[in-house]
This record gives sequence, structure tokens and C-alpha cells, in this order.
Amino acid sequence: MSTAPTANFLPEFERVAAHLPGDARVTERRRAALARFATSGFPSQRDEAWRYTSTAGLARRQHSVAIDAQISLERARAALAAAGAWNGPQCVFVDGIHRADLSGAVAAAGLRIRPLAAAVAEDGRIDERFAGWGAGECSPMIALNAAFAADGVVIDIADGAKHTDPLRLLFVMTADVRGRAVFPRVIVSVGQGSGLIMVEQYVGESAADGFTNTVTQIHAGEGAQVTHYRLQDESPKAYHVGNLIVSQERGSEVVSHSLSFGALMARQDIHVMLRGPESSVTLNGLYMAEGRQHVDHHTRIDHFEPGTRSEEYYKGILGGHGRGVFNGKVVVHPHAIKTDAQQSNRNLLLSKDAEIDTKPELEIYADDVKCAHGATVGQLDEDALFYLRSRGLEESAARALLTYAFAGDVLGRLGIPRLREDLAARIAGRLPGAAEFLEAV
Amino acid sequence: MTMLSIRNLHAAVEGKPILKGLNLEVRAGEVHAIMGPNGSGKSTLAHVLSGRDAYEVTEGSILFEGKDLLAMSPEERAREGVFLAFQYPVEIPGVNNVYMLKAALNAVRRHRGEAPLDAVDFLKLIKEKAMLVQMDERFLSRAVNEGFSGGEKKRNEILQMAVLEPKLALLDETDSGLDIDALRVVANGVNQLRRSDRAIVMITHYQRLLEHIVPDFVHVLAGGRIVKSGGRDLAVTLEERGYDWLKDEAA
Ligand SMILES: Nc1ncnc2c1ncn2[C@@H]1O[C@H](COP(=O)(O)OP(=O)(O)OP(=O)(O)O)[C@@H](O)[C@H]1O
Ligand SMILES: [Mg+2]
Repeated sequence: MSTAPTANFLPEFERVAAHLPGDARVTERRRAALARFATSGFPSQRDEAWRYTSTAGLARRQHSVAIDAQISLERARAALAAAGAWNGPQCVFVDGIHRADLSGAVAAAGLRIRPLAAAVAEDGRIDERFAGWGAGECSPMIALNAAFAADGVVIDIADGAKHTDPLRLLFVMTADVRGRAVFPRVIVSVGQGSGLIMVEQYVGESAADGFTNTVTQIHAGEGAQVTHYRLQDESPKAYHVGNLIVSQERGSEVVSHSLSFGALMARQDIHVMLRGPESSVTLNGLYMAEGRQHVDHHTRIDHFEPGTRSEEYYKGILGGHGRGVFNGKVVVHPHAIKTDAQQSNRNLLLSKDAEIDTKPELEIYADDVKCAHGATVGQLDEDALFYLRSRGLEESAARALLTYAFAGDVLGRLGIPRLREDLAARIAGRLPGAAEFLEAV
Repeated sequence: MTMLSIRNLHAAVEGKPILKGLNLEVRAGEVHAIMGPNGSGKSTLAHVLSGRDAYEVTEGSILFEGKDLLAMSPEERAREGVFLAFQYPVEIPGVNNVYMLKAALNAVRRHRGEAPLDAVDFLKLIKEKAMLVQMDERFLSRAVNEGFSGGEKKRNEILQMAVLEPKLALLDETDSGLDIDALRVVANGVNQLRRSDRAIVMITHYQRLLEHIVPDFVHVLAGGRIVKSGGRDLAVTLEERGYDWLKDEAA
């Protein structure tokens, strides 16, 4: 009999279950989610959605689920500094556990932010919102998160409250324990006509080899406006699996940016459900892989109602033996007439060993819709490269400048200037020869 | 002093020989014009001089100020003072004109042992030079050549030349596609660069340019070699008689 690959998560659950937040009822839900995970185990490459991305590295290792965050204040501060300065409100998590001492108070009218552990303890209904996402037909990765989620954050925005000061959620992975496994859960509910700008940022100490498996749920109420940034820059040894689930009511507008630079293996699933008429979503993305990095974006947008719009704009830069995957699924349901769905995925290969698999998947069951998609894979323009060198630029600088230019329009879409600058520096930092032109900038 | 010395140059593209034993000597302070039929190898010569690797030198030598030019990378040549104004300037979306120029100028300055210019000094310089070629400042902040008209691209080449102040300027059909006023402006920009320690080699099809930038020598490149050299008058003769008579003469 073959058993599904579950690594050591079943015994780990018995070890940590008593320390996870929630009453007996929540624990039962966690067990159900664990059972769901145990049935299928980590997805295999026979599974179409995981065809290009192997979970073998995850299935092989000994994981150590984090239930507390012991890191010293100095170390935490060093990690925070590496993540880039932040003057606005923020919540800091170390190994997935909320650290009030690092976070600072967040207060604004109509805005309620609670660490998940506290929220689950005080509000009996919260478990519906998170553990509920672990049973049934959900992916094994989401089930695993539901079983183990030790902390995270619950953000509730009252109707009509516009919160324009960007809120950062910063997740720091430490190198304390080998095979650290963390399962943050972020639950966001934005009320009718409300607004939220939020940044989810994942970083790690340089030797951190942990596994982050995170789930973010965003509910955008009628006419709500949500801008969401997700910056993944974990250590190059880390494993990162992220799930973003967005559900939108009538006339709501969501923009979500996924910027993926770090981790040895990074997988980002984004599932948007346009449940209300005239709701719209924009998904922007930039991913980079070098060395032996692997980065996979799987997006799925369901157009359920008439007049819904989606736009996807993803770019990838792959060097070394880096490998990228992009799969963009768009489903236009029978009722969703006058849907407008645009998708673009452009990739730049910087070396002959770099690889990209890109695939649009359109399923259209409605008439009178406008759907377009385009995917390109290219290299740096040799004529442009020569032109720059003929003006005196070092070859590496010329390559860096052209690569940076390729990423430029995605950066241009970021609405927070300091984030844009931080990302520009992160991109340039990964391009040898960038120092020469950065000086010029 | 001899600035550029090309001896018995043979060069091929994709295995096809284009230059077949070309000789040319250019001294500091001189202006040379190279004319010749389409496809005779003029741009090939310009590209070989600036180091484009698609052009393979199979025989011969090129000395620039006594140094082996062929042993240098394109960027080294640029920093040593060789500048090519391209016949077809490349559009580079996403790369700002000013950024590129600043990176280029500072690379050249560093090579010369000069301190890089700071942002304020650089902007001052570039505005001055833009005036010289009568280029609207709006073009400076646009992406390199992106969406520029043919004439605007050529002007941008001359602007770059004016900023980088090369020792040897190679102008490949910089006059093509320019209207009469633009031609005057560009010629004026080039003339201001004329100095006893600089040399200019301009490739052109029209003797009209030579009315504005009066050359010391005119050469005819045909079949991969310089088949005739002369003074300013040669261009006038070519304009009247074309290139056919040279074939008879060579035979
Ligand atoms: N990259 C290339 N690949 C293939 N053939 C080339 C390439 N570059 C030049 N050639 C060929 O080499 C020959 C010389 O071209 P070149 O551009 O040097 O001519 P030219 O004298 O500059 O012509 P024109 O007056 O039309 O600009 C032509 O036959 C051309 O087709
Ligand atoms: Mg030519």
C-alpha cells in the first residue's frame, strides 16, 4: 500500500496541538483539516496544478512546527532593518508568531486588527473563517495551514472606513531551528465602501531554511477598494508556499501585487472570485529566480457575475538555472456576460539554463465577453546591449540596465513610493553590474 | 600624429567576406568622408571599428593611437575615445536617456581618471549640449530613442557625441533622414567638435553634408576596399558621375 507523502506532520500535530489556539471545537476542525492533508499528502507532479513544481524537498525533510518566537530583540531588530524601514503601522511576526513588542499599536477609526490567536480565543465565530478553509475540496497546502495555523492576524474594517495609511504585516523566519515550519493565517474583511492598503512581507535570516505555508483571505465588501502587496524575499534556502484567496462583492476593486524574489522554492496560488457584478481585480506580478531557485505562480480568476473585469500583468526574470512557472486560469461562468479579462505574462531569460513554463487557461461559458491573453519569452536585445556598450557601459552594467528596464513598468505600478524604491534596490542588488548605473540614477 | 591606422582589413559577416583589404589612415585634426554604393561595406567598417562581435575580422590590423583596437571590448574602445553615431540608432524602452548618458559619461570619465560628475553638474552639462543640437529638453527624460522620429534619433546621436567628447567620431549616415534645418543644426554640432586633437570619419551618400562639414579627404569604398581617395572635389565628381566610372578606372 502506498502512503501519501506527509513528511512528519502527523506526529508533529500530536506534539503541538495542545499549544495551538482555539477551543475543542477548533481543534476538531484542525484535525479534520489534517485528515484532509493526510489523504492526499503533498501534491505530486502527477497533479496537473503541480506538474512543474516538485514538493519532494518538502516531503523528505523533518519539519519543526513553530509554536513560539524566542528570538532576542536585537536579532529581531536586525531582521527588521533588513526588511526595509517602515514608518507606518505594522504587525511583526517572528516564526509566524505575533510579537506585540515589535509591532507598535495600530489605531484608526473603523479598523480592528487582532492577532489570530487572540481573535480565536475571544470570538467564537472566527474559527469559521479560518478553519473552515481547511476541509472539503481545498488544496492540501491550505488544509495543512488550517491544521497548524498558530497565529496570524484578523483585520476587520467597518463599512465606510477608508484606511489609506499602508499597513505592513512583516513575517520574519529565523535560523534558530532547522526545518522550521510556520503557518500564518491572515484574514481580512473590508466593509462596504471601505478601503485598505496592506503589505504582506516575508523575509528570513540568511541561514533560515524553513518552510512558510501561509494563507491570506480577503473579503472585499460592496464598493470596497483594496490594494494588496505581497513581497516574498525569504532566504535562498527557504521553502515558501502562499495562498491568496479573494472574494469580491458588487463594484469592489482589488489590486494585488505579487513580488517574488527569495526562497529556493516559492509557490504562490492566487484565487479571485468575482462574486458581485461590476467587481474588478488587477493582479500584477514580478518574479525573479537565479541559481537553483524555482518560482511558481498559479492564478485563477472566477468571473461569476456580469460586467466583471480582471487584468493580470506578470513579468518574470530568470537567470542561472532558475526556473519559473506561470499558469493563469480564467473561468467565465455562464451568467457572467460582458466580462473583460486580460492577461499578460512576459518573461526574460538571462541564461541558457534558465527555464519558464507559461500557460494561459481560459474557460469561457458566457457570450459577449472580451478575453485576451499573451505570453512571451525572450532574451536581452543584443542590439540594445551593443548600443549601451558602445557608449562606454560595462557589459554587466548594460545587462543590468536592460534587465532593470524590463522590470520597470511593474515597479511603476506600485503605488507606495518607498516600496518602489525598496524593490528597485532589491532588484538591482540581484543584478551584477547594477552598481554602475544605480550611481547614475 | 596618426590617430587611426587600418591596414589590409578583411572582415566577414556570417562567413560572408565584406571588407577585403581595406587601408585607411586618419590623423588627429582631420575630417574624412567615406562614400560608396549601397552594400559596399561602409557600415560594416563602422561596426568593426566599434567592436560589434557579429563582424569577424579575418585579416589585417587596426591601431588607434598606436594601440591594438581589435583587442579591446566595445566599452574599452568607447572609453578610449571612439564614438559611433549609428546609422540606425536602437530604441531602448525603459532606459531613460539621461540615465544612460550619465552612466556613459561617468564610465568614460572614470577611465580618464576624472571624478564622476554629480547630478547637478551633469544636468547643467547636458542642458548646454542639448542646446547645441537644439534638442528639446523633453527628449532627455524619455526612453532612449523610443518613439523618436528618424531625425530626432540622429540628433540624439550627436547629443551623445557632444556629451562624451570622443577623440574619433564615426558618423554613419547621420545626415540621412534629416530635413534641411536639422542638417544644419547637426553639422553645426559636429563642426563645434572639430579640434586639432580630434578626428571625424563620416559616412554619407550626399555631398550636401560636405558643404556644411568640409572634409579634408574623400574616399570611395566599393567592393570592400577604398578604391579611390581625393579631396573635397571628388565628392562633387561622384555626385555628377556616380560610381560606375570607378569600376572602369579600377579595371
Ligand atoms: N548582420 C549582418 N548579417 C548579414 N549580412 C550583413 C550584416 N551586416 C551587413 N551585412 C551585409 O554586408 C554587406 C555590407 O553591408 P553594409 O551595411 O556594411 O553596407 P553599407 O555600405 O553601409 O550600405 P548602405 O549604404 O546601404 O548603408 C551587405 O551586403 C549586407 O547585406
Ligand atoms: Mg550603411
